[in-house]
Amino acid sequence: MFTDDAGKGGISAGGPGNSENSTRRTGGDLVQLITPAGERISHPEFDSWLQDVSDEQLSSLYEDMVVIRRIDAEATALQRQGELALWPPLLGQEASQIGSARALREDDFVFPSYRDNGVAYCRGVKPEDLVRAWRGNASAGWDPFTVNVATQQIIIGAQSLHATGYAMGIQNDGADAVAVAYFGDGATSEGDVNEAMVFAASFQAPVVFICQNNHWAISEPVRLQSHIQLADRASGFGIPSMRVDGNDVLAVIAATRIALDRARHGGGPTFIEAVTYRMGPHTTADDPTRYRDANELEDWAAKDPISRMKSLLDRKGLLTADLEDAVAAKADAVAKELRAGTINMPEPQPLDIFKHVYSTPNSWLDRQQEHYSRYLASFGDPAEAASEEGAR
Amino acid sequence: MIKEFRLPDLGEGLTESEIVAWKVAVGDTVTLNQIIAEVETAKAVVELPSPFAGVVAALHEQPGTVVEVGKPIVSFEIEDDGSGGSAPDTGAAKREPNLVGYGAVLEASGRPARRARTFAAPAAASQPAPVAPVRAEPVAPVRAAEPVESKPAETGLAASAPGERPRSTPPVRKLAKDLSVDLEAVTGTGEHGLITRDDVLNFVGGGDLPAEQGLGAQELAGAPAAAPATGRVPAGGERETRTPIKGVRKFTAAAMVASAFTAPHVTEFLTVDVTPTMELLARLKASRAFAGYKLTPLTLVSKAVLIALRNHPTLNARWDEANQEIVQFNYVNLGIAAATPRGLTVPNIKDADRMSLMELSSALTELTDTARAGKTGPEALSGGTISITNIGVFGIDAGTPILNPGEAAILALGAVRKMPWEYQDEVALRQVMTLSLSFDHRLVDGEQGSRFLQDLGAVLADPGMVLAMV
Repeated sequence: MFTDDAGKGGISAGGPGNSENSTRRTGGDLVQLITPAGERISHPEFDSWLQDVSDEQLSSLYEDMVVIRRIDAEATALQRQGELALWPPLLGQEASQIGSARALREDDFVFPSYRDNGVAYCRGVKPEDLVRAWRGNASAGWDPFTVNVATQQIIIGAQSLHATGYAMGIQNDGADAVAVAYFGDGATSEGDVNEAMVFAASFQAPVVFICQNNHWAISEPVRLQSHIQLADRASGFGIPSMRVDGNDVLAVIAATRIALDRARHGGGPTFIEAVTYRMGPHTTADDPTRYRDANELEDWAAKDPISRMKSLLDRKGLLTADLEDAVAAKADAVAKELRAGTINMPEPQPLDIFKHVYSTPNSWLDRQQEHYSRYLASFGDPAEAASEEGAR
Repeated sequence: MIKEFRLPDLGEGLTESEIVAWKVAVGDTVTLNQIIAEVETAKAVVELPSPFAGVVAALHEQPGTVVEVGKPIVSFEIEDDGSGGSAPDTGAAKREPNLVGYGAVLEASGRPARRARTFAAPAAASQPAPVAPVRAEPVAPVRAAEPVESKPAETGLAASAPGERPRSTPPVRKLAKDLSVDLEAVTGTGEHGLITRDDVLNFVGGGDLPAEQGLGAQELAGAPAAAPATGRVPAGGERETRTPIKGVRKFTAAAMVASAFTAPHVTEFLTVDVTPTMELLARLKASRAFAGYKLTPLTLVSKAVLIALRNHPTLNARWDEANQEIVQFNYVNLGIAAATPRGLTVPNIKDADRMSLMELSSALTELTDTARAGKTGPEALSGGTISITNIGVFGIDAGTPILNPGEAAILALGAVRKMPWEYQDEVALRQVMTLSLSFDHRLVDGEQGSRFLQDLGAVLADPGMVLAMV
């Protein structure tokens, strides 16, 4: 057992579902391809999905993980400096996000949660667009259809319904794209996720549910939420599932590819539990030391996704000074871009609020907009009034 | 170039944070995102990363200080070239009041409304308590009359609610702000006193009223109205006075908050025809035996309380939280709330239950005189078992007094008024008083409190009832 401790301690001690021999276990053993020490373990089924992963790709996976960790750290600092209202750190979940996102095809469509900034980055969302909504400058940071990533969902698990609905649309179109829903362990306790899985199974919709089990639903440990492994919840819906080491980027890529392939070929939905850990607070407004054992954090620090990737590269002789310099330079550049983009972000104008309500003209909304324009004009100089209001 | 860093809202809606420690000193060179301070919010202790690369020029707050969100806490000397990852000029400085994390700019004191509400209740509720026991001068009516006399009717409403800003619309407020006009000084001519754009412009046109004609000065001096009915207040005068909370006020506040939030208070009211008691009072005053004694309604009510307590000892008790015991006092140290030059105090008369009416009268007079002189000793302020507050001297009828901490009951005496009252099946003009009794519901049930109040009322309504009680 390495990263798999959903069954350890707490009330799970007597729960039959957590025993290795339990008949309620169907998700299978935790799949791991890179040990925390960076050793590559062979796995007959999963390895066959990784044959094309070259040395260059290993290096670029490493780079992506380092860069999003840096984005995450910079955004956290920007929040502490008053530039963002809030930020949900993803520290520790880099392999789960990069591994899964890198396995996707361009025409697949992602329905992420608020924490999946690494996924969004991988899909091509610009750094400052990641923080636009967290700064309060817009309701959403990007146009979903330019990157095939929906706006980040704040409501826990609601995006799983959207993903399933989108997948049913793909079926109608006869396309072979896949909808991918990202959510956390806590979301599996929500009605929306359960409803989404019922529909996905009923219609055999091409959707992949990627559950990043980071062990904490804010302050609620996963062991209190589920007496069985989260992957095993899927079997209740008739959905095949996999449990993979979420801090192992290769295991996550392989699992995602298996699921995507099944979906593209009419095999229906798959549930992937990526077992990882939220190393930081739930958000910048949270204090995890109030509910979390420091020892637990230490245990998970030893399983860090980036350091294990680094060790793997080192073992393969790929971790050159050039690579490290290039990765560090890239991270610095992206962080700088994020900071400059955030600080110089133009304030939204008062009339912007009317921009994204309807895609087609709407007389009722036009009337409101006209009233509001007149009201703004009553401040005197319209431009001045607008900027004054907008800055508020 | 000096750049200030203002304390951001570090956790979704916080209004203040405490500086726990500085990690840098003045003169230190810091890099972007270097941890410069540890700050404790209501939610968490967090580290503050530096928003600039530069040299620390000043630390504006000491460790241990609670700082309001938006206040500058540290200044940096930054190189002007804007390199080194520091924020460009368009950053904090230009947009400072409206940074995301700072939330809305608070008006006036900058204290959050939420916080004010927490303390509003006890503060208001404690009003009936600070009361002088035997005070002949009718202070209150005079005070009440002042604003009415000196305030023009038109602005009376607005001025009587100091917490509310004058009614206007955002564009007008913006205009007033641009013209540096204080809207409180403008008379609204719109509907329900709404201040219009024209009102502001007119005010600017002829707003050179001499300061001494302003309303504020009159109000402070209590002078009769002499100014035209414009309601204009001189600009530049102090609009609020800040007094440090200390001394008796601080102690009173702490005691009242502690009492109000630990003892669940119940207040009951009983209005009694005290004409027989007032007649008795007149007879006693005229009698030779009481010559030289200062007898007041308070003297007789105090005596009645002491008599009624004999049958209802549960009201003369204390909830001992530490020992998980109810302490029943077999003596009565009768507390009397007294307004003194230093504030509210509640000195008590030791073993008042063993005193004759003459002794009690003397003790009350002495207690009052000592308190008014501000000479009440600590001994007289501790060990009370039940209290009386005489709000009647201010012409008040009833209140919900807050318990003197550690006691189970407090009685407020209302003013004795001549009122039409049922007397022998007819309406007659009688002398009527309302008794307000608050008690600690942890150890006094409604039945016990009610029966005590009923007995007390019975004695005051018919002093002869004492014969049936003792």
